[in-house]
Amino acid sequence: MPLLVPNRHRGKLIVVEGIDGSGKSTQLSLLSQWLRSQRIAVAFSEWNSSPLVRETTRRGKKKNMFTPVTFSLIHATDFADRLERYIVPLLKAGAVVCADRYAYTAFARDVVRGVSRRWVRNLYRFAVRPNLAFYFRVPLEVAIGRILGGRNAIKFYEAGMDLGLSRNVEESFRIFQGRILDEYEAMIQEVGFHVIDATGSIEDQQRQMRQIVMDELGDSLRNGIMRASQGDIDAAQAAARIL
Amino acid sequence: MLLKQPLEFYSEPLAGVEPEELQGKLIVIEGPDSVGRSTQVARLRAWLEHQGHAVLDTGLARGALAGKGISQAKEGNLLGPVTMTLFYATDFADRLENEIIPALRAGFVVITDRYIFSMVARAIARGEDRTWIEKVASFALVPHAIYYLRAEVRDLLTRVVLGRGAFDHWESGMDMRFGADMHDSFVRYQARIIRALDRMAKRYHFVVVDATKTPDQIFRELQKSIGKLF
Repeated sequence: MPLLVPNRHRGKLIVVEGIDGSGKSTQLSLLSQWLRSQRIAVAFSEWNSSPLVRETTRRGKKKNMFTPVTFSLIHATDFADRLERYIVPLLKAGAVVCADRYAYTAFARDVVRGVSRRWVRNLYRFAVRPNLAFYFRVPLEVAIGRILGGRNAIKFYEAGMDLGLSRNVEESFRIFQGRILDEYEAMIQEVGFHVIDATGSIEDQQRQMRQIVMDELGDSLRNGIMRASQGDIDAAQAAARIL
Repeated sequence: MLLKQPLEFYSEPLAGVEPEELQGKLIVIEGPDSVGRSTQVARLRAWLEHQGHAVLDTGLARGALAGKGISQAKEGNLLGPVTMTLFYATDFADRLENEIIPALRAGFVVITDRYIFSMVARAIARGEDRTWIEKVASFALVPHAIYYLRAEVRDLLTRVVLGRGAFDHWESGMDMRFGADMHDSFVRYQARIIRALDRMAKRYHFVVVDATKTPDQIFRELQKSIGKLF
């Protein structure tokens, strides 16, 4: 049984994974800027962002209505919506789609919440297999230091408070993220992650990422995928300013 | 086939649920659109309550978590087939865990107007993978009885004409455009649904009820069969 559907489209799918505070979003953003600077048409997709499902997710979170199964299913619904309406059409068009978190986030997080590994892997069987999946490996304490230093409050579900691991939000967050980290580590071989040591300097990590992208996708990035002229880029930027 | 206690899960047990604790009865009424399910559910409820049973009736997309989101999503034309399947699965899980299981624990008779089977049939009708959706839905409880109200597409057509007098976008599967217009799409889509339900009938032990009979005849048949559960 294939875990995910192979990408048969012209475009390429690059995803980043890792626990909160691993620095994956920063790295993905740097990578996409670099690709754009080479006139490659890049599109971005974030986890948990479908407008169609947002109301339901918000309702469930506000009233703490989620169980492990409904939490898993509503995120899969959100993911399906983005995949069907956004990611697949963009890949067909020939774009490089950069996704900040992908199905693997569910493989790690939903299992920690209590659904079985087998069930959640089957749930995402409709997903397109990424051309490249980066995993940003970081020790728990480093990640937690970055998170706690950076923002004010950790949210209820983010801290895994629904699991009753601890009454203390910070403590709960620590245990929850630790378990997610274990799940990520255990799936490296299975899903074929490219592991990046996320304790290294930002520049070093970015160099490694770009190298892997060139090694793995170099040929298709040179031909086959969608390219943008300077005129296209200027027009898109001008349109974005008006909006 | 009628099942006796205790209840069990298909293959994916839900955390925190001991099936032996579930003392109620779980009865499913399945069948395609316009086949007359809701009429029967309403009559069964009245009859069972008259017999002194506490009854919960529930149905597709009525849950507190996702019911509203599904109807809003269906108002637009934006709902893709996999997204729709999973949205319904979310609603089903919510109702199972937060309505059906608590009611069964309290000893209620739960009558559900459709269960996982319509969801599975719709997914299959839209070309999704059978094994995939069956495994997704495998956290469902095996009901005590599943009544499949069966009719042919031509019977459903008559009911649409005499009933609402118009075709419904979703009941016609117009999101997939199975045909040039609503009638053609309805005919093809409902035929696929019926085929998918027929294929499940044996494996899931449906009690097949001929839905072309009169509502009274169907009701008596259901009464007779449900009576054996107690």
